[in-house]
Amino acid sequence: MQFQFANQGLAWSDAYFLAQGLVNTVRLAVTATIIGTLAGIVLGWVRTVSVTMRIATSPFIDILRSVPMIIQLILANSFLSILGLGASPFWFGTVALSAWMAAVTAEVVRAGLLSVPVQYRKSARSLGMNGFQELVHISMPLAFRTALTPWIGLVLSLIKDSALAGVVGYVEYMRATQILITRTHETWLLLIGAGLFYFIICYPVSRYSRRLERKIVV
Amino acid sequence: MNGYQFYWSIVWDSLPLLLAGAWVTVQITLLAFIIGTLIAMPMAVARQHGEGWAYRFSTCWVELSRNTPAVFQLYVFYFGLGAFHINISSYAAVLISVSFNNAGYMTEIFRGGLSAIPRQQLPAARSLGMTGAQSFIHVIFPQMFKVIFLAYVTQGIWGMLNTSLGMLVGLPELSGATQYAQSTSFRTFEFFLVTALIYYLIAKALQLSAQLAFRLVYRS
Repeated sequence: MQFQFANQGLAWSDAYFLAQGLVNTVRLAVTATIIGTLAGIVLGWVRTVSVTMRIATSPFIDILRSVPMIIQLILANSFLSILGLGASPFWFGTVALSAWMAAVTAEVVRAGLLSVPVQYRKSARSLGMNGFQELVHISMPLAFRTALTPWIGLVLSLIKDSALAGVVGYVEYMRATQILITRTHETWLLLIGAGLFYFIICYPVSRYSRRLERKIVV
Repeated sequence: MNGYQFYWSIVWDSLPLLLAGAWVTVQITLLAFIIGTLIAMPMAVARQHGEGWAYRFSTCWVELSRNTPAVFQLYVFYFGLGAFHINISSYAAVLISVSFNNAGYMTEIFRGGLSAIPRQQLPAARSLGMTGAQSFIHVIFPQMFKVIFLAYVTQGIWGMLNTSLGMLVGLPELSGATQYAQSTSFRTFEFFLVTALIYYLIAKALQLSAQLAFRLVYRS
């Protein structure tokens, strides 16, 4: 009797599987973007406060930028497991991607804050604002203008890097695609689907950010 | 810590394996850096000055490489070509995909550098009797590399980080070798922490040597 694998070809239920992967990618990217950006803004501000703070925080940023995302994901996975924290791959992915996002956002935020002319800040202080008011009403809005386009670039990198979360067992879109390729061997159909998915998200945003950049410079 | 015991000696024993992996990583990084640069130079010129199919081809390349994940690009070259019965080794697949990625990003970096160079320089070089290629090689590119140096080196290091994807297609570069070495003991954390350290050192070494090279070339 010939042995036959059940359910080898692509079926409509696979579309549901891919849709789940799509939702997982979006969920991971959105969560990591929000957490990473908020942490990055605080970290970036801290880095402008004093030289001591800048030196104290730079190893964190330096290391996260010089170690591949795959390694960071695996380390987050095994370290959190050693600590006995967390069991879900979503959590591992979020921790690793947010930490990376915080590190790179901090540099963008710092560059933005440093680009605010010192005269503006001094005049704000001489108008009677305290340090916090000056930061919120003067420095941050001005820094926002310079930091926005690089930040969009970082979010796009984060979306693309989230494709690696499959390594720690999180079934996002790329991982879902790979699982289906292994089962069905419909390689090109599925790969083109994955390519289009990321391209459709990233291309318009990067076009828009380039236009925005030109507008801000002028 | 849940009573977790760290065993570092196991990592120490497989250090030769990891270092062999690190050597593969350095190889692919440098090769992909050179290949990426060689492809990106004409493409940047096409994006900046060209029109017609040359412009369209390089624009397609740039947008595809910048707007899809690096792991997707690797899968296209490894599994995608495999589906057409073009079976390339995982080494070749990683080298090609990282070079592809590098070339796309470098094209945009170079284009930024080209647009920073005064527009009169090209006609001036041409009027001295240089051919188009000569004026780019002797006049335009040397100035461009000076402008874009930092972004260029950063991209090289990004390429190095991307070689770690070799782990996913079974290439024993640093990550892949680590994955293999830890699979006998499942001391994942210890192994990958050492690997992270090696990656950090490679990144710093690349950065330093690039800065030294820059000083040597642009000594004046």
